[in-house]
Amino acid sequence: MPDFQVSIVIENKPGISDPEGDTILNDLVLKGKNKNISKIRSGTILKFSITENDENAAKDEVLKICDELRIYNPLVSKVTATVEKI
Amino acid sequence: MKVGVIVFPGSNCDRDMHHVLTDVFDLNAEFFWHEKNLPENIDAVVLPGGFSYGDRLRAGVIAAHSPIISDVKKLAEKGIPVLGVCNGFQILVESGLLPGVLLKNESLNFMCEWTNLIVKNNKTPFTNKLELNQKIPIPIANGEGRYFVDDKTLEQLEKNNQIVFSYENKVNGSVSQIAGVCNSDGNVVGMMPHPERAAEKEINQIDHKPSSLIFESLVETVGMKK
Repeated sequence: MPDFQVSIVIENKPGISDPEGDTILNDLVLKGKNKNISKIRSGTILKFSITENDENAAKDEVLKICDELRIYNPLVSKVTATVEKI
Repeated sequence: MKVGVIVFPGSNCDRDMHHVLTDVFDLNAEFFWHEKNLPENIDAVVLPGGFSYGDRLRAGVIAAHSPIISDVKKLAEKGIPVLGVCNGFQILVESGLLPGVLLKNESLNFMCEWTNLIVKNNKTPFTNKLELNQKIPIPIANGEGRYFVDDKTLEQLEKNNQIVFSYENKVNGSVSQIAGVCNSDGNVVGMMPHPERAAEKEINQIDHKPSSLIFESLVETVGMKK
């Protein structure tokens, strides 16, 4: 079976404030410049190396693990997964 | 009677808690390592503060999967009083024993300071000796102490009288300035501030009596001393 890397990005849901992202935006990026940037959201990235039949199976398996073990807190966070063959 | 103090890798308030329970309030307390089982004859459980698993991933989430938590859940279902302080509170929300979640403080700072709590529910096993709206001077020491629930859950918490403590002033961005909550049965209580650091005159220059009433409430609830 081939190996894949599934990258999971965990970030706060849109309605949940993100003081880290806000600080990077207001106190760094927007300091007198870059006025075209309107928002920054911070997050955590976890990269899972996994052996599976195909890309979809790899992604589904990692998302299942994330749900079962509460790798992210569904109350306040959302996850997005991307997968690549390694 | 026996109070179980749960110890996780990274707990660092366990000895303070044990000292206060045994030396100050004459309770019979015993440490339990998180990989062990809890005996069924435990009368109360305390999850102390600290940095279990170094706060990896999210404060409390890894400890919430510890083997001993399933025993804590069983005891909680039976109505045994359970108190989580600071990291213990974070573990209780991550294990689903309490509603809500604790996010990074609004300031993003680790906050270590004295604050005032207001008692909002004096019917729990840990607040029954306190007066409603009584003020408690008490220290906080956390980086992830901003309590959050959505509006619907907040409404339920208010309706069910599950908000146990609130901060007198805006401290860290917590919803409704919530500092502590309980489950719907009222026997599981979590709070971010540290009563074990405030219940003795020697270490509380303001007033140690309100914090000591938290432990006296437990004594009142579990009855006899050792």
